[in-house]
Amino acid sequence: MTPVLAVKDLSVRFSTPEGPVEAVSGVSFDINLGECVGIVGESGSGKSQTFMTVMGLLATNGKATGSAKFKGDELVGMKIDKLNKIRGSKMTMIFQDPMTSLTPHLKISRQLTEVLVLHKGMSERNARARAVQMLDRVKIPDAKRRLDQYPHEFSGGMRQRVMIAMALICEPELLIADEPSTALDVTVQAQILELMQELRAQGNMSIVMITHDLGVVAGLCNRVMVMYAGEFCETGAVDQIFHDPQHPYTRGLVGSIPRLDRPGEERLTAIRGQPPNLQHLPKGCTFQERCDFVFDRCIAERPKLLGFAEGRAKTCHLKGFGPDKEVLR
Amino acid sequence: MSAGEPILSIQDLKVYFPVRGSGFGAARPLKAVDGVSFDVFANETLGIVGESGSGKSTVGRAVLQLLKPTAGRVVWLGQNIAGYSRSQMKPYRRQMQIVFQDPLASLNPRMTAGDIIAEPLDTFEPNLSAVERKAHVQEIMDKVGLLPQMINRYPHEFSGGQNQRIGIARAMILKPKLIVADEPVSSLDVSIRAQIINLLADLQTEMGVALIFISHDLAIVRHVSHRVLVLYLGKVMELAEASVLLSRPRHPYTQALLSAAPVPDPEIERGKKRILLEGDLPSPTNPPSGCVFRTRCPIAQAKCAKEIPALEPRGGEADHVVACHFPS
Repeated sequence: MTPVLAVKDLSVRFSTPEGPVEAVSGVSFDINLGECVGIVGESGSGKSQTFMTVMGLLATNGKATGSAKFKGDELVGMKIDKLNKIRGSKMTMIFQDPMTSLTPHLKISRQLTEVLVLHKGMSERNARARAVQMLDRVKIPDAKRRLDQYPHEFSGGMRQRVMIAMALICEPELLIADEPSTALDVTVQAQILELMQELRAQGNMSIVMITHDLGVVAGLCNRVMVMYAGEFCETGAVDQIFHDPQHPYTRGLVGSIPRLDRPGEERLTAIRGQPPNLQHLPKGCTFQERCDFVFDRCIAERPKLLGFAEGRAKTCHLKGFGPDKEVLR
Repeated sequence: MSAGEPILSIQDLKVYFPVRGSGFGAARPLKAVDGVSFDVFANETLGIVGESGSGKSTVGRAVLQLLKPTAGRVVWLGQNIAGYSRSQMKPYRRQMQIVFQDPLASLNPRMTAGDIIAEPLDTFEPNLSAVERKAHVQEIMDKVGLLPQMINRYPHEFSGGQNQRIGIARAMILKPKLIVADEPVSSLDVSIRAQIINLLADLQTEMGVALIFISHDLAIVRHVSHRVLVLYLGKVMELAEASVLLSRPRHPYTQALLSAAPVPDPEIERGKKRILLEGDLPSPTNPPSGCVFRTRCPIAQAKCAKEIPALEPRGGEADHVVACHFPS
């Protein structure tokens, strides 16, 4: 079966006053039907830019090379009017900050129905009815009345629900969620994650969840891809990534989060140093300066993303880590 | 931990902000902090956790008199400093310092790291020789993990984590007794957060300083704190030793917070039944009657709308207080 999204050797370069920066360097992956994939990485790792490229939303100083196919249609370099038939309808994206993603001077009704009229050729009246249905589905109380309100009349969590309703109203096959709960309070984040979980269970929609928070990924996704310095450094099923991480960076990430469920642990295993400057990447492994297990090969040669077990891959010259977390060379 | 006299005692602290009326009746003040009391003891970390609008940052600023309290006492080493003017506060400033959330925004971009860190010294010990001044700066830079050659660099040349180290060095250089850390790691990347959390813990052990650690992230607060205070809409919901609060939370809000925080473990997350609170925080200009949490509380009853629950041990251990009519 063809994947919903097939990305091959995708690179994104930005020209900046300080010279060109490669934010994404040659990533390849598939998103399959009905899958929920978590893309985890720190700021500057390229996680958002990869999917901004897919949506055709790159900044003007950015240039993408390689291929990203949505159900066989090439998205890189696609004409804007053709792209507009796909994005917003078959493939949608929600962003971190719901206030800046909604148009402040238009009623919610207009923003919700526009896509239906545009993409599906629905009448205003039918579109309105559908919009109310959708607001109900994302659990906005009193949907009929709230439809004619403006974004500022909604709270942060409610605005994010409106965003999700907008993204889902055309029944997309792929939903890309870029840090959808990061700007929200914990109790409201829990509501949104619960909603995402329900949506995932309901439909045959594929979800990509972009986040820096491993906790968000844990309950929602079945597969995780960890990004570092513009590349995927480890990919695998969610349980494997959390319980048996094989890349030193993934291990560091998992170890550096304080755990509510493990009160005994007193010290976090921090990753030393900081993410590399993308303009001055070392010749070898991009993680070498922060890695505790670095050896001569890591400095000489950039590791490729290679499969090492069923459904798993990593960019690391180490053989891996054993069951007692000992390093295998 | 709570042996002896507290170094700081907050008693019935209230901070109200005036709000302009909308034309319908009199303007109601925004009650950011409404009757908060707690103690801080030497060398301990008190965590304050709450969502946006809970008043946690306002409490931190009111402790340092960066905001003047509307009512209540702020007792620092036996002296009530609430309402002290700038000049009255000056002798106390070297004993209590603050670290802010956004490291870059809280550092003067036109000053070098060395000058930023030395600024409190310049204020309080202006007679130091240049050599002594530099020695002090380098000593603290070493403690917070900044390299000596970084002394002449400017904030924009540093990463977020390093800038936060500069902010911590500036707060620590006078060897204060108390540091208020207001969301010190929230703007940092995950891998850098752990570095700063570990650094604060090390500095506390080494230099013996009390910390008020303010954050919205319960997991981080739990990790760094000896005791944790849970704030909601300007009021204390629960206060207990960190491990006790985690294993036996008694307030329904604390329970909901605990269950809402995502745990980085797929098995636990999938099996978890979340206590979902409905809606959002009510407006602090118009807080609910009785218990402020009752509008979102899963176990609220008629009594909760009428009577404000007092912050009491309620049959549990003496140092575990909860403001709820029906604690579990």
